[in-house]
Amino acid sequence: MIDVKNLSKSFGDNLVLDHIDQHIYPGEKVVVIGPSGSGKSTFLRCLNLLEIPTAGTITFDGVEVTDPKADIDKIRQQMGMVFQHFNLFPNMTIRKNITLAPVQTKLMSQAEADDTATTLLKRVGLTEKADAYPAQLSGGQKQRIAIVRALAMKPKLMLFDEPTSALDPEMVGEVLEVMKELAVGGMTMVVVTHEMGFAREVGSRVLFMDEGHVMEEGKPEDIFSRPQNPRLQEFLSKVLH
Amino acid sequence: MGLAQTYELWRELMLQGDASWWQEFFVRFYQAFLENNRWQQYLEGVGTTLLVTAMALILGVVLGVVVAMVRTAHDQQRPGQRNFLLGVINFICKVYVTVIRGTPMMVQILIMGLVIFASSRNFTMVGTLTLGINSGAYVAEIIRGGLMSLDPGQMEAGRSLGLNYLDTMRFIVIPQAFKAILPALGNEFIILLKDTSMISVIGGQELIYFARNILNRTFDAMFPLVGSACIYLVLVLIFTWLQGKLERRLRQSDRR
Repeated sequence: MIDVKNLSKSFGDNLVLDHIDQHIYPGEKVVVIGPSGSGKSTFLRCLNLLEIPTAGTITFDGVEVTDPKADIDKIRQQMGMVFQHFNLFPNMTIRKNITLAPVQTKLMSQAEADDTATTLLKRVGLTEKADAYPAQLSGGQKQRIAIVRALAMKPKLMLFDEPTSALDPEMVGEVLEVMKELAVGGMTMVVVTHEMGFAREVGSRVLFMDEGHVMEEGKPEDIFSRPQNPRLQEFLSKVLH
Repeated sequence: MGLAQTYELWRELMLQGDASWWQEFFVRFYQAFLENNRWQQYLEGVGTTLLVTAMALILGVVLGVVVAMVRTAHDQQRPGQRNFLLGVINFICKVYVTVIRGTPMMVQILIMGLVIFASSRNFTMVGTLTLGINSGAYVAEIIRGGLMSLDPGQMEAGRSLGLNYLDTMRFIVIPQAFKAILPALGNEFIILLKDTSMISVIGGQELIYFARNILNRTFDAMFPLVGSACIYLVLVLIFTWLQGKLERRLRQSDRR
């Protein structure tokens, strides 16, 4: 589904991603773990071109995303993204947050979008918040809305950039629950996270990144039970206690 | 005994040096505002002042929005994909802001009135145009500051949903930026209102123009000038109050 070839990204002299090759298959749940500064968020943000790669190509469903002539808006409509800090639009109600993009990109009429919003809000148990503003929601609720907002575009792929890192501990569960349901539903997902439990339970493949490289990858059982790379062993010993 | 007769009587006293201070005050007040229905001239001046302010404000905001959009769009381009035309327009905008902010308003008015539009007789319009162009440069920087101060995550969220740059600006960035810059915009509006007084140097017929005319008739500077100052102050107070109301209303909407 996504083919990443030779992807490099540097900010000034700082090389953040160093010649990454990856292929993400439809239905896969790829979980990216690694210490901070390892380039995992940058890798994710390159996939929908929020960061412009310095070198290399990314192909999504046969379309080259990194081609300067590519219609990036069209491509992004098929890739949902969830941010660490939710980034809900504070000047709009929850319903407007969800329906704005489907309506403005002419994917749906306002009525269809409203129906979609209602259905999705029901799925995450936030029907009664439709006319509230983001400021009135808890962090966990905001992030569930952010997921719904991305889903309203009916994406083929969902990108999660540390979706639970800014949450109070007691709210992490409700967000992971929504993500698990999404995974069970067959959505292709790329998740950058520090939630090792989630990676082990939901991931179909885990990538361990450090210093701009994918140091080790494999099935969650192998990564967590039989880590080969010394950096991964060190990382896991620090985060799993 | 009517006001006019009282005035005649007390003026005689004043010329003989026999008037008390409050009689003199009345005479000078009468000369400055009531004699020959001079209050009508102040009223006309205030009308022109408000009209000039409104027109200059519209011009300033239009110019400011355009310049701010160009400058922001230019700065937010993807590296390696810079648009040449946008670069040229951006450069022009930068020169405009630099020149306007780098030279005194009074000099700009004199140059516009006596050099560029030297043959024009419509001094008020030339003055209005100058004020609008001047205000545009400041408004542009205010708006640009507002757009830049917004969390970049808002733009990213809009774009990641597949909205294009202009739609993201229109629905997400600008409405939030507007609320943030309202105090600064209100301040700019008040400065503009007061700066209209400067167009009288090229013959723009606003409040100070009439006040100076009356001063030249009566040879009394204090009453026309202090009176005009009071009028400006009252106008500014009214607009400050209105601005405060608008801000409170906008703030309410995000705490519902």
